[in-house]
Amino acid sequence: MFSKQGTGKVYNGASGYGYKKTSLYRNAWRRLKKNKLAMVGLSIICVLAATAIFSPLVATHDPTARIKEESFRSPSTEHWFGTDILGRDIYSRVIYGSRISIMVGVVAVGISLAIGITMGALAGYFGGFPDTMVMRMADIFFAFPYILGAIAIMTVLGPGLVNIFIAIGILGWAYFARLFRGSVLSVKNKEYVAAARALGASNFRIMAKHILPNSFAPMIVLGTMNVGTAIIVEASLSFLGLGVQPPTPAWGHMLSESLNYINIAPWMMFFPGMAIVLTVLGFVLLGDGLRDAFDPRM
Amino acid sequence: MLYYILKRILQMIPVLIGVTLILFLLMYIIPEDPARLILQQGATDQALANLREKMGIDQPLHIQYFRYMKNLLQGDLGTSYRYRRPVTGILADAYPNSIRLAFAAILIEILIGLCAGMIAAVKKYSFWDTLVTVSTTLAVCVPVFWLGMIMQNLFGLRLGWLPISGMGDGSIQYYILPAFTLASVSTAYVARMTRSSMLEVMSHDYITTAFAKGLSYRLVVGKHALKNALIPVVTLIGLNLGALMGGVVLTETVFNWPGIGRTIYLAILERDTPVVLGGTLVLVIIFLVLNLVVDVLYGLLDPRIRVAKQEVKV
Repeated sequence: MFSKQGTGKVYNGASGYGYKKTSLYRNAWRRLKKNKLAMVGLSIICVLAATAIFSPLVATHDPTARIKEESFRSPSTEHWFGTDILGRDIYSRVIYGSRISIMVGVVAVGISLAIGITMGALAGYFGGFPDTMVMRMADIFFAFPYILGAIAIMTVLGPGLVNIFIAIGILGWAYFARLFRGSVLSVKNKEYVAAARALGASNFRIMAKHILPNSFAPMIVLGTMNVGTAIIVEASLSFLGLGVQPPTPAWGHMLSESLNYINIAPWMMFFPGMAIVLTVLGFVLLGDGLRDAFDPRM
Repeated sequence: MLYYILKRILQMIPVLIGVTLILFLLMYIIPEDPARLILQQGATDQALANLREKMGIDQPLHIQYFRYMKNLLQGDLGTSYRYRRPVTGILADAYPNSIRLAFAAILIEILIGLCAGMIAAVKKYSFWDTLVTVSTTLAVCVPVFWLGMIMQNLFGLRLGWLPISGMGDGSIQYYILPAFTLASVSTAYVARMTRSSMLEVMSHDYITTAFAKGLSYRLVVGKHALKNALIPVVTLIGLNLGALMGGVVLTETVFNWPGIGRTIYLAILERDTPVVLGGTLVLVIIFLVLNLVVDVLYGLLDPRIRVAKQEVKV
């Protein structure tokens, strides 16, 4: 276990040895930078985030503009990824589709993280009845396969972006709660927590100031990996018609539209699918890198 | 062992109650009136009131839940809004096909996942290890429905080797593409876990001792290492079943496979909520039961579990 903050002896060249401020996160970042695959993942995510933010500048056409005469055009200099049955430019739709995926990934995982940390902290810090209750609730949520649970919730709530946030966010909390509970259990008996308690700190202050910062590293790793999972679940829901509704471009829905034309227009399914794979790959590589960076014993 | 199995079954009961409670509440919060959805437009107020009374939806929430549980225990999952048929009957036609597909996928997951993981571990840092590592990393990033479409396009439409839709006469060729698609993600996880588990076991002292005794490489790997390396892999196979059950809906939709997954998809399109929630419950129960079977296998594979339980009994 690393101390949250400390000093490390470093060689300063001609002036000899000196001391440089170190911390768990600074050390992890230093190790992460040396991991080439993690850097590839981070680069993919940065490019994707920039694409999502600057979609109007990166796209070549209006993603919703229908030009009947242009339908089923194969990839060309005019339409880089070709066009769909309604003559819409697939490249522009893929670019705009990144907005939905990134938004769902980040917001839904944020919701899971917030619920998971609260429940995990309650279970781990207080133990006893709250612990039993939270863990039994988590067991129930573990029984729902991610996509199936999301389908059930979305069928009832109806399609829409906010409902996707809710469905994926609610279903993911149990993974975070279980992990955070374990981290809290390993930290709560440390001397610095006992010292804070002896000084009269409240439970909330101990949790917020001492336990949370020292238990958060595994949550960053799980959160990063879960963004990829959330993007796949969102694409799956859109594929089944439960996601964002047309004409808003979403990768899963674009794949659903291409299902009947895989023989005559395979580009319709190729490019949105590749976009999903690349995005998820970015988060998986970064997640793997973060895990190694936070726990070098791995 | 019997104690272990009984304990696992008892642990399943509160989870099942929790799952049914969540699905019941989802059904309860639907804004539409179920009686109107079943009888559709043009139904008289009297007919609607009669149906509401018959269905018990004019009762308080807890009474409705007990009624729902009572019906569930009698195998009644409600009535389809679209077909006006019992959901149980609709799902009963479809579930054997989903079970067959799931078993084919589990078989592929175990065979290919174990072999690939073992090869990667035995030939560490070789071309084969790199190939397994890269392909398994990519496989977990690929949505199953997209992989299914790619396989349909390549092996069905372009090469013409395999059928791309339906289950035809039920012969093995109809299973190949959907089963491989469904198994893809789980196979990747099994291969990764087998590799890391094998590498860890191979570094233990008893493996060095086995080599020092002069045993052949094949015997050490096959008999000493693999058996111990399998324990976490079996646990993972159990955990993977969840992804498999979720993947059933997507795979069956892409391949037009007449199972529960496709039934759920068609019900989604028709806003037939009882079928979606009933199908979800059946898939969750299949997942829990298969998980129980895997846990029992885990107990059989690892004698420490049995011994631990006996000690607890004493």
